[in-house]
Formats: sequence, structure tokens, C-alpha cells
Amino acid sequence: MTETIQSQALRTPYRQADTQLRRNWAKLRRNKAAVFGGILILIYLVTALLAPVIFPRSPSAPNLMRSLERPSIEHPLGTDELGRSILGRIIYGSRVSLLIAIGVVSVGLLVGLPLGLISGYYGGKVDFGIQRVTDTMLAFPGFLLALALVAVLGVGLKNTIISVGISMVPIYIRLVRGCTLSIREQTYVEAARAVGTRDMTILLRHILPNVMTPITIQTSLGMGTAILFAAGLGFLGIGVQPPTPEWGAMLGSGRAYLFHAPHVATFPGIAIFLAVLGFNLSGDGLRDVLDPRFRI
Amino acid sequence: MSQDLLLSIRHLRTRFRIYEGLVTAVDGVSLDMYRGETLGIVGESGCGKSVTALSILRLLASPPAEIQGTILFEGVNLLDLNLDEIRKIRGNAISMIFQEPMTSLNPVLTIGEQISEAIRLHQGVTRQEAWSKAVEMLRIVQIPSPDIRSHEYPHQLSGGMRQRAMIAMALSCHPRLLLADEPTTALDVTIQAQIVDLMERLKEEFDTSIVLITHNLGLIAEMAKRVLVMYMGKVVEEAPVGDLFQEPLHPYTQGLLESIPWIGKKLKTGRRQLQEIPGIVPSLLELPEGCRFHPRCSHVMDICRKEEPPLVQKDGRRVLCWLWA
Repeated sequence: MTETIQSQALRTPYRQADTQLRRNWAKLRRNKAAVFGGILILIYLVTALLAPVIFPRSPSAPNLMRSLERPSIEHPLGTDELGRSILGRIIYGSRVSLLIAIGVVSVGLLVGLPLGLISGYYGGKVDFGIQRVTDTMLAFPGFLLALALVAVLGVGLKNTIISVGISMVPIYIRLVRGCTLSIREQTYVEAARAVGTRDMTILLRHILPNVMTPITIQTSLGMGTAILFAAGLGFLGIGVQPPTPEWGAMLGSGRAYLFHAPHVATFPGIAIFLAVLGFNLSGDGLRDVLDPRFRI
Repeated sequence: MSQDLLLSIRHLRTRFRIYEGLVTAVDGVSLDMYRGETLGIVGESGCGKSVTALSILRLLASPPAEIQGTILFEGVNLLDLNLDEIRKIRGNAISMIFQEPMTSLNPVLTIGEQISEAIRLHQGVTRQEAWSKAVEMLRIVQIPSPDIRSHEYPHQLSGGMRQRAMIAMALSCHPRLLLADEPTTALDVTIQAQIVDLMERLKEEFDTSIVLITHNLGLIAEMAKRVLVMYMGKVVEEAPVGDLFQEPLHPYTQGLLESIPWIGKKLKTGRRQLQEIPGIVPSLLELPEGCRFHPRCSHVMDICRKEEPPLVQKDGRRVLCWLWA
């Protein structure tokens, strides 16, 4: 008898953690917009990962004989000015934009997270210094900042990631600092200090896990913004350079044929739209489930 | 006798620099504490009880506090130690339990993780050893099925159990001194009694001295041997617990004792109402001249308004009042 009670109780913690996860999952599934966003992201990920399987030909080999063709069975979304399949370029472009999205968010997190933690936890002069730099960066619209950084660093995939990434750093700093400030004052942080825990351990073990929820939400939303910014730079011709298939650049070069071959610009535009929509919808959905306080 | 002296505080003054000026939260507190003793500190909210305790462990990082005076713990002045040295004392020789068991445990870590973290910090044992010691501590504080409970998160425990877990964490390194800051305030009465019993028992078992900070005079009567009464950052009276309850010297202490409802107590005034101390605690930014208590004192004299009262020694008691000068 005692044994059954014991073994039942032994399973409780796991079961409770499990139900919490399941409850969140159920809430997320009830949110139609989030589900739609999630499906978009799923399609996007599958496309990016399986690009060579879905489209076995080269997306960059020109075929000038067949330039600016309208959608057909052979080229479902038509061809561009160099006769390359737009479908193929969109499929391969998803890899580039996924790389950019992950890269940008990583740069933002890698720089913004530690600075935000330090700024919020230590306060004082360190905080003042970091926050004034953040203020200065936030004074520029994000895209303008990325643009200025590209002007300094130069064009290309790597520099696009760095520039857009840095333009997102202040957002992460602010977010993490704000959360750290409120968690720092919690009694459990004081209690940890009272047993002699080092600052570094307090930051990593006691504060960081409590900051993860807003970071998760911001990361999902940030990926959408990153794709949009990178596409913007590509559109202006200062992002990822041809012949790499990049949605923004495709949109930019298709602009010249908008009147007699509108599909050249339209389809990459739709691709950008759907990818960004996917990240934004799922980001909002995550926020609603994980952090109901933020709901407006 | 002197080797029994565990903690000796002299002229402790803790000040906070805030926007409106300099606030002196603790003003010239001196106290001696002997090994194995339970010392009670009572007073209203904001009188400096907690700040005194936090000053001992130098836990006042924000807003930045200025701590002056000397805090001799086993002959070492804690205020002279560098950060690494004080960290070795925290949780090891001196530890602390807090008022709110709801918020003093981290919601994202299991109970076992939090207790074993404290153990690993000071005892240099492996993860497994620390874990089994943590489970052992949970058993000592009488948490049922500690093996299972150690894997649970704070929200899965009741308030009383969380406070037990806090006590387990605080005592896990067998500290010589335990600072208990309102340990029972957030708990209901039956649980309070259990926690008091537990603390009494563990005090004997681990040979720990306790500084008991509270505004609950009943708890003081139950646990403490000597009592300090604080008002606006100063110790206004110090006495053995029996003397304090029988014959309080300071008008503030008298007021405090009269404001407790006792079952079967006859109200002197014949009113069906509880006696209270008139007025409110003044702001620490606008200290009254002379004695800090004079605006609320029922025995106020002219000199109280002009000059600070002297510390009067009387039959092994101390009182900060002109009445006894």
C-alpha cells in the first residue's frame, strides 16, 4: 500500500511538468493565428532544409533564351531576366534568409543578453554607460542603423548579418535589463546571496532562466524583423550580392520589369511576406501563452 | 565569558543615499551576543531591524549603503573583509532566513538543487554528496518523503514546507549564527508554532545562536532570552525577556506591550478598545529633535524635545530615555 503511494508520488513532479507543457501546447493550438504562423514556419523550414531535393537544378545558372517567361508547367512561377526559375530561386533563397534570421538573432542575443544581464544586475556606472550607448542606438530607426553599418562594413552575406544583428542589440539589452532589474529584487536572489553564491552563479542560475520567456518571444519576433531588414538591404542592392538567390535582391531586380513581367517581383515579395507573417504570428501566439501579462 | 562572545556590534550605523538625501536606517546600534543564545530584536516596520541583520552579512548592495562601526564575529570585523572573504562567511558561519517563504525560493530550480547549491558552495563536496546531504537536511526539518520532495519545485510545496526548506538551506552548513528575519510572519498560527518548535530543536542540535527579528512579541516571549527594542534605527531598550514583559522601562516598549490583545486581559481604561501608541513613525528624513520618540511619548518632558536621551544602565538592562537618567 505504502509502496503504491510512494511510486505514485515519485511520478508526480514529472507528470506536473508534463501537464504544464501540455496545457501550454493546448493553449497554443487553440490560437488559430499562432497555428497558421507555425505552419508557415514549418513550410519555410522544410523548404530551406530540403531545397536540393525539392529543386535539384542550380538556381543560379542563367538561360538567356528563356528570360522573363510567365509561369508555366516547367517554371511554375516563371523566370527572371536571366531566365532562371523564380521558384528555384525562392526555394534556395529561403536558405539564405533562414541563415540570416538565425545569424542576426544570434548576434543580437550574443551581445545583447550578457550586456543586458550585467547592466540590470550591477546597476550604477556600468548600467549608466551601457544604457546611454543603447539610447544612442535606439535613437536611430533600426533599419537606418543597419544601413549605416552596411555603409561602414561593406556588402555581402556576413556583413548583412552583422549589421542587422547589431541594429537589434539594443532591443535585447533593454528587454533583458528590464527583466533582470525586477528579478534582481526578488527575495530568492537575496537568499542566494545570503548563502554566499557568487554573482556569476546568481546571474546564470537564478536570473537567466527567469528571463528566458521574454527572450523566447522576442527571438521569434526578431527573426521576422531580421528577414525583413535583410530583404530591405538586398532590395537596395547593398545586402547579399548576386548570384546568391536572396528574396530582397530578387524583388529589387524584378522592380524594373514590374509592368510587363510583374511575377518577377511579386513572388519573392509574397515569400518575404509569408515568412515574416509566420514568425510574427507565432511570436504573438507564444507571448499570449507564455506571458499573459504582456497581452494588450 | 569572553570566549563565549559570538557577535559584538559597536556603533553600527547604516545609511542609504537616496534622491531626497541621506537616510540613516540604523543609527549607533551596539549589541553583544553569546554562543547558544537567542537574541530577539523587536520594533515596528522600518525601525531598522532587518537592515541591522542585512548589515551583518553586508547584503545591502542596492541602493548602495554606507555601513560604519564594527561588527566583530568571532573576533573578526566583518566590515573589514573583502568580498570573497565575506562570501565564505555567508551561508557557512552565518546564514539567514527570510520573511516570505513564497518568494525566497527560486521558482525555476528544484528544492534539492537550491539546497545542494549552498552545500557545494561551502563544503567542497561532489554533486551527489551535496544532493544526499540536502535530502538529509529536508528530513531533519521534517519534510515528509524528502527524496521525492527534493525533486519538486517551490510552487509544489505549501508555505510552511517552503519555510522548512528555507531553514534546511540556511542550516545546511551548520552555521554558528542564524539571522531569522520575521521567520513566521507569513505563516498561519499552527504552522508558526511548528516552525518555532523546529527552530528551537535545531538550535540545540546544531548549536546555533539565533538573532530573531520580529514584530511579534509572542514569538519573542517564546524563543528569546534577551530582547532589543528598536525604534527609528536606535536600540531604545535592552533587557532579559522576563524583565521586559514584567516591567518595561521605555515608554515605547510600554506602548508596544499595551497594544497587544491578551485573552482575559482587563483593559485599564475601561474602554472596549485596544491601547495604541498615538501618532505615526516620523520619516527618517525628518528626524524629530531630541528624543526620536518624543512626539508620540506619553511621558514627554521638556528635555526630551531638546536633547538626545542618554543610554542608562540599570540592573543589567539598558534604556535610552530621560525618564531613568
